[in-house]
Amino acid sequence: MSELTATVASAPAPARAAPLLRPGNSNCPGCGMSMALQIFARGIEHRRVQLVVPASCAAVMAGPFPTTSLAAPVVLSTFGAGAAVATGLARVARLNGDGTRVVCWAGDGGTYDIGMASLSAAAERDEDVLYVCYDNEIYGNTGGQRSSATPAGASTTNTPAGKLEEKKDILAILAAHRVRYAASLSIAHPQDAVRKVRRALDTSGFRFLHVLAPCPTGWKSEPALGIELVRLAVRSGLYPIVEIVEGRKLVINHEPDFSTEALELYLSLQRRFQRSGLSAERFAAAIAQNWRDLRARSGRIVPADREG
Amino acid sequence: MAGQLLSANHAAALAAALAGRANRAARGFCSGVYPITPSTECMELLCNQEIEKGEVVRVESEHSAMAVCIGAAASGARTFSTSSSNGLALMAENVVAAALLRLPVVMVAANRTLGPPWNIWADHGDTLLLRDSGWVQLYCADNQEVLDSVLCAYRLAEDRRVLLPVLVCQEGFVLSHTMTETDVPSQERVDRFLPPLELPGRLGATPRVMGGIDAPHTTEVHRAQHHEAMGRVFEVYREVQAAFERELGRRPADPVVAYRAEDAEALIVSMGTIASTVVRAVDEARARGERLGAVRVRMFRPFPADALARLFRGKRRIAVIDRNLSLGFGGVLWGEARGQAEPGAIVQGYVIGIGGGDVRPAHVAAIAADLAARTAAGAPVLLEAGT
Ligand code: SF4
Repeated sequence: MSELTATVASAPAPARAAPLLRPGNSNCPGCGMSMALQIFARGIEHRRVQLVVPASCAAVMAGPFPTTSLAAPVVLSTFGAGAAVATGLARVARLNGDGTRVVCWAGDGGTYDIGMASLSAAAERDEDVLYVCYDNEIYGNTGGQRSSATPAGASTTNTPAGKLEEKKDILAILAAHRVRYAASLSIAHPQDAVRKVRRALDTSGFRFLHVLAPCPTGWKSEPALGIELVRLAVRSGLYPIVEIVEGRKLVINHEPDFSTEALELYLSLQRRFQRSGLSAERFAAAIAQNWRDLRARSGRIVPADREG
Repeated sequence: MAGQLLSANHAAALAAALAGRANRAARGFCSGVYPITPSTECMELLCNQEIEKGEVVRVESEHSAMAVCIGAAASGARTFSTSSSNGLALMAENVVAAALLRLPVVMVAANRTLGPPWNIWADHGDTLLLRDSGWVQLYCADNQEVLDSVLCAYRLAEDRRVLLPVLVCQEGFVLSHTMTETDVPSQERVDRFLPPLELPGRLGATPRVMGGIDAPHTTEVHRAQHHEAMGRVFEVYREVQAAFERELGRRPADPVVAYRAEDAEALIVSMGTIASTVVRAVDEARARGERLGAVRVRMFRPFPADALARLFRGKRRIAVIDRNLSLGFGGVLWGEARGQAEPGAIVQGYVIGIGGGDVRPAHVAAIAADLAARTAAGAPVLLEAGT
């Protein structure tokens, strides 16, 4: 941090990007998606964007007609059609050479589940679309049901004893499509996140960003602890911070300390893991396996930042 | 008419390509397509057209085909899709979305019965499933009408007083795969007929949300506005007919087409290609001295209630033929048309040709005879067309 502080001290204050999410939005206090949007806005800067938001908390967030809390042009789409609506916008943007970057901002249900077909197809066609999945691991907007992003052991309204199945590996799925760029973002590591947003916005073809977005409502966690929870997920290795170029070159951007303390804290600060009583040990085995796979695929570790 | 031999599928694709090129000075053309029998060849030919400033996106489902049109239309492009049967049923969610967003998408449906059991032949059950989706619906009787209707559909859909999507319906195989001599206008003439689309409030750089959350009251207002726009379709369509005649030299058919109806003692009402068969049956009946007349409902949404009521004035016997069956009710057209007849008139519903049965003049003659023998209307009559 010292280098950064020194730079900031000697240079004029950088212009703060206008917020993408304006006051008056209807997100719950402490919503991880709200924070992700603010980080995203810093990456957008001067770029001209249009958003497609499929049915989700993000669709409700904008507020009732005719107001909008989103400082961008937006089409709210049907649940499963986000990537296809974005395709239409992106094709017309290209026909007209207007330089618009089309961004699909979707929840985990709209991405991992109902939107999977249109997402996969847009990735396969290499549409000029940046698809961002804010992953709260739950259908927050409909009251918190299991999605295929929900981790094993987490209670939801329709899996009260805790979900049995493991979370889908969405980055691996997108990498298997050989998309131009895919990365995971941490809201606890904003410099790395903003760098990735910029890179994703400035790459053409299909790009995918995954953001773990704590949902205090569904996770039964303190609204103030969202960033801390993500930091713990990163530290414990539960949420790897990586980027994958052309589906092949995997780079690990942040080395976790794999501390049991971080993992235990992550699980205990949320009440959704209480019923199943899933232990840190059980998670640790899956984490270890995941990291063996990641290391096998990655060439090197890039210490992108010292934020964690 | 110096025409080309074309199927309705190809006529529709050529019309879409002409309309697409006509928007090259504006935001261009973008179409989302997915194959399904019997509309496949329309999609295929479109994919083989050179369209200046145009794109055809080969998507993974009908649901996404309409979604691509939604995104492209929101961005101000001219859009097109085509489908049939279960494809339309899968697409339905986005069909509704396109209408409620008031996007001027144009789609051609090659009508095919819904499955299972699977059947690839025609009835109107698939597009009537979308009756209340907020689209304008036109049912065609021949291939030239399909081509002309697609061109008219754009001008109607894009008129600021309307701003609604339009569905052009043509029966699968009966029209979709039957080649007839069809006049294809030149690009210059279509350019004159279809001005570049300037969609009001298209998505640009200004922050705004298309399709944002509505409270109950605003939903009521939006529905009322949509309904009012539907009500303006007849007036705008008359202007479209005049413009089409001016630029392309022939007059597209009215929303309701009457044939020898004025002095008729009995009327036969139908939609689509059965209406052509009815015209022949009417001529044969007249030759026998029977005063039979015909009415074809070409525009089904908005429903031309006033035009029908005028034609039904003084008529005591009316047969309505439906190539669709609203299960547990009867024919859809019968349900809607009978309300326009005068009190005391016998309005009898006949359902025939479901799943593509071939409806011949003899069937129509039997219907006319049944109608003549009635002293009151009864339950809908389900007839088998056979093959
Ligand atoms: S339910 Fe969860 S994801 Fe939805 S707005 Fe609230 S905190 Fe955010």
